[in-house]
Amino acid sequence: MAYTKRHDGRKFDETREITAKVGVIKNADGSAYFKIGSTEAYAAVYGPRELYPSFLKDPSRGVIRCYYNMLPFSGMGERVRPGPSRRSKEISYVTEKALQPVINLEDFPNTVVDVYIELTETDAGSRCAGICAAAMALADAGIPMRDIVTAVSAGKVGKNILIDLDYSEEAIDDEPVADMPVAMLPRTKEVVLLQMDGQLSEKELADALVMVQKAIDKIANIQREALKAKFADGDRNVIGE
Amino acid sequence: MSDVEVQQATEVAPVEIKRIVVPGEVLAEGMDYLPGEGTFRDNNQIIANALGLMIIRGRLVKLIPLSGKYMPKRDDIVIGMVTDITSKGWIVDINCAYHAMITLRDATAEFIPKEADLSKYFNIGEYVLARIVKVTSQKLIDLSLRGPRLMKLTGGRLFEINPTKVPRVIGKKASMITMIKEKTACNVFVGQNGLIWLNGNEPKGEVLAVNAILKIERESHLSGLTEEIEKFLDEGLKNL
Repeated sequence: MAYTKRHDGRKFDETREITAKVGVIKNADGSAYFKIGSTEAYAAVYGPRELYPSFLKDPSRGVIRCYYNMLPFSGMGERVRPGPSRRSKEISYVTEKALQPVINLEDFPNTVVDVYIELTETDAGSRCAGICAAAMALADAGIPMRDIVTAVSAGKVGKNILIDLDYSEEAIDDEPVADMPVAMLPRTKEVVLLQMDGQLSEKELADALVMVQKAIDKIANIQREALKAKFADGDRNVIGE
Repeated sequence: MSDVEVQQATEVAPVEIKRIVVPGEVLAEGMDYLPGEGTFRDNNQIIANALGLMIIRGRLVKLIPLSGKYMPKRDDIVIGMVTDITSKGWIVDINCAYHAMITLRDATAEFIPKEADLSKYFNIGEYVLARIVKVTSQKLIDLSLRGPRLMKLTGGRLFEINPTKVPRVIGKKASMITMIKEKTACNVFVGQNGLIWLNGNEPKGEVLAVNAILKIERESHLSGLTEEIEKFLDEGLKNL
């Protein structure tokens, strides 16, 4: 049966419901929570702080380290084996590469900024949720950055291009499925992450990227509002020092 | 407001706009504006480089950060904990990305003999109020305890706030901190690195002072803070 209507009633270019919050982990220097559908990510940022082992130090700038971790009970059925896996190491690496272009740590030589991303519940799109949460946590930690980073996945089920596939859509097996997580800088629309599972034609890829840009703008606004909401306080005015 | 009134208002003081901005947000457009601290220029736009409070004063656009770690600066007074003792002096944790060093020369006014046991002067785990005398480009930090008020801190209470809120805790011409000191009868030292040490006659007064300072930290970006804190202290004193 052709997949012409999404099972949860969404439009093809519609994301799942998004909740974003900043400052959720008290002991971290910066933290954020990002939920899209039932995929939930918490990000905690520590630093800039001293980096050990010393051979990793860069005397010209600070470096960033990311850890992506799915909690054992987070999956859609089977218990996820705790600890780093081949998959989580790869996602940690691509997350790091997606956040690297925006952060500006030239004033912090020899230091590290650690980003821990924990997923308490996953329903596909977890690396995108992780990147969105991590970008907000970095901003909350006061790290100098030239833009926030926003990510969303696009894909194809049957003949239709969809935005933000959930697990049941990714797992359809009687039709061809492609899944493509994309991370962008919302201001300049530079692409900082693009991976793909499955196959898309050149035209389908172009169409998907147009839909992604729209979704990115929407999600970026939610991220910005969440960052500003931390400082809102009734009718007392905001003032400078 | 009529047009005439608007004109008069702008003539009295330069136009000043303040608001909370997020990284990547466009703050101003056109070549008339100059990018200040915490901002950068991209073609004809001025963009925020961090989360903070934007202030446009005349042509200058600048950004005051509302979070972030302490950035060591020369002549700052900081509070730090001794973490190690070496042959050249003491290593101190000053609550930032880099550790600092007190050299033998700058440690005390008294003479330290060559074979002296350095832990007799400052031991591991002890806190000091010190001045930063040097910061290199690679952030090697030298501290000094030679100067008025600089000393080893014993007794009292020590707690931490975000270093970006320190100017608000001190206030204009130290107005805020003077008020807290007078009302709670506490002796307070505020390190630029966000560590605060205070000592009073009564534990209740100390707790009140701590709570007042934590309230300042939470509400530092809001207006009318001095009055709020004065009210808070007066109410607290009544319940003592």
